[in-house]
Amino acid sequence: MSKSDKLIEVKDLRVSVEETEILKGINLSIHEGEVHAIMGPNGSGKSTLANVIAGRPGYSVTGGDIVYKGQSLLEVEPEIRARSGIFLAFQYPVELPGVRTWQFLKSAIDAVRKENGEDELSVREFDQLLEEKRNLVEMDPDLVKRSVNEGFSGGEKKRNEILQLALLDPSLALLDETDSGLDIDALRIVSHGVNVFKSPEKSVLIVTHYQRILDYITPDFVHVLVDGRIVRSGDSKLALELEEKGYEWVRESVGEEVNS
Amino acid sequence: MQDTITIADQYQEDFQDLCATLPEWSSEFRNEAMLIFKQIGLPVHRKGNEKWKYTSARPIAEPQYSLATFEEVDLDTIKKAAPWHDSWLNVVFVNGQYQGTFSSDTSPAIQVSNIASDDFPQDIVESIGGIMDYSDDGFAAWNSAFMSDGSIISVPDGENSGLVINLIFFNQGVPGTVNHPRVLVTSGKKSSVNVIENYVGGGEDNTLTNSVSEIYVGEGSTVNHYRLMSETDHTYDVGYGRVKIGTGGRFNSRAFFRGSGIGRYDLNVLVDGENASCDLQGLYFTSGNQHMDNFINIDHLKPHCQSNLFYKGILDGKSRAVFGGTVLVRKEAQKTDSIQSDKNLILSPDAEVDSKPALFIYADDVKCAHGATAGNIDADTVFYMRSRGVDLETASRLIIYGFAGEVIDKVEIEELRAYLEEAFLTSLPSHRFEF
Repeated sequence: MSKSDKLIEVKDLRVSVEETEILKGINLSIHEGEVHAIMGPNGSGKSTLANVIAGRPGYSVTGGDIVYKGQSLLEVEPEIRARSGIFLAFQYPVELPGVRTWQFLKSAIDAVRKENGEDELSVREFDQLLEEKRNLVEMDPDLVKRSVNEGFSGGEKKRNEILQLALLDPSLALLDETDSGLDIDALRIVSHGVNVFKSPEKSVLIVTHYQRILDYITPDFVHVLVDGRIVRSGDSKLALELEEKGYEWVRESVGEEVNS
Repeated sequence: MQDTITIADQYQEDFQDLCATLPEWSSEFRNEAMLIFKQIGLPVHRKGNEKWKYTSARPIAEPQYSLATFEEVDLDTIKKAAPWHDSWLNVVFVNGQYQGTFSSDTSPAIQVSNIASDDFPQDIVESIGGIMDYSDDGFAAWNSAFMSDGSIISVPDGENSGLVINLIFFNQGVPGTVNHPRVLVTSGKKSSVNVIENYVGGGEDNTLTNSVSEIYVGEGSTVNHYRLMSETDHTYDVGYGRVKIGTGGRFNSRAFFRGSGIGRYDLNVLVDGENASCDLQGLYFTSGNQHMDNFINIDHLKPHCQSNLFYKGILDGKSRAVFGGTVLVRKEAQKTDSIQSDKNLILSPDAEVDSKPALFIYADDVKCAHGATAGNIDADTVFYMRSRGVDLETASRLIIYGFAGEVIDKVEIEELRAYLEEAFLTSLPSHRFEF
């Protein structure tokens, strides 16, 4: 697996929000085809990591770098990151009153295609693609005619995120607590969407508080983030251990190491 | 600085000339209105004037206007300025004067007549001015004295053919002229009708359109009323809508204001029968130095009624907009269900809106809510779109279109909706939200 190309490398990344340091030197490499999970207690900085990679404004990178496909991302606009294959599934998908889902999705896919030197999709081609992907996430056909996420249930919003993932077909999928607030059926559907997306060329970074989603999407690596630092990395067994022993266990064992 | 009264005095001569040419039935009505007009003049002072608190009428009132007369124009020019569909009953007025050659034949189902006609049934004559109280409203008094043309639409009981009556008031923009269109709509029991009023045109010099529409919504009937304003920046447009809804009646108003130097729509709805309802929605878009004033009053007089007031504004450039929405629920109007909101999207730091929703409730068993918002788009919204590869310009356009679309989408006449999408949306500015 490590023979494949390195897709993204986070190097000693330090990030602050309004003078408060959230990430305190993160190192993380994701190769093509790998699934990584970042776990951690609330406030540990795990969502910040996903959002900074996607280019959300409001964070200041005070040190380190994010290198994606061999180039630094730090000065790159979020839409350019998206077009070059970075996708963030939002923890809280935004409602866009009056903006039809169909039109939004078509604008997004055409923007990505244009950047890659491809023609915009015809309405017919797009409809076919949309139909296929919509079935994948078992989304109600009426929803694509409505305003983006407006009046959608929590589960519908998350499925809409996975629909966008499937349509845009990025290189790196960042899933920011996609499992939160999902019932078992929705979790199964969302996970299925991610598993269909996975391939030897595609990578996934799952940010989650709970081990539950990892029963459906098996990670190759699990990292535990506590107080802005990755304090443990391991394989999927680490997630199970965490589930069993809780985050206090990591905190304590980290404390022991520091003290010893 | 001119005094309010002398402004009125300068129209005395025109009034006498006009009276000599107009039908006899209207003379008493006109004389009364002229008397009031000369007593109160035009509202040039904002101070102490609640109705004109946020809009100065002085630039509108001070010029001396001559009455507009018809000049040669071709139908294509008019069709370009306003929505038009051959299946509609199109009625064209140029500079306030009815143009039979441009207009559709009258419908056998609904009587559409011309105010300049010689005789009308007495009940119609009495309806004119019946709900337009001009006793403290100079512009309305002026219109009432000078109305020389306009439409009278009488919908018989039970008439439900779905006819669309499209009134086009086209202003040729002859410098320094005023026109005073007048509309009267009465709907019979359990009837329904669609009426579009278009105020369009204008020129490079100042002109004024000063209109009054009175609409009586009969028992159990529905009036779908559309008002479109799209005029040049040199046009002043003062319009009055006076509506009275009878028992079980329904009044749906959709207002679209795109342009004019200073525009004002004063809409007053009397919800005057049990189980009556009104749904007033509007979209105003101002840019440059334009000014638009929406002055709306809903008066609940009877129990078990509903009202919905939903306006949206998009402001660009150095423009100003006013939303004054007042809902009055009188003591007798128990079980009133009323909601009002005004939302504004401000595209430029130099644009400004005064949004003043107000509620006065004297009944004790009602459900009422109101609210107003004004602002830019939040950063999360734009980031969400950008994170999907959509650039700032496209994201901004989708947001602005979406904002306007919320009102346009609810237009039920398909051809009109298509027209508005095309005419209104394409006139919106290309804009980039900055973060």
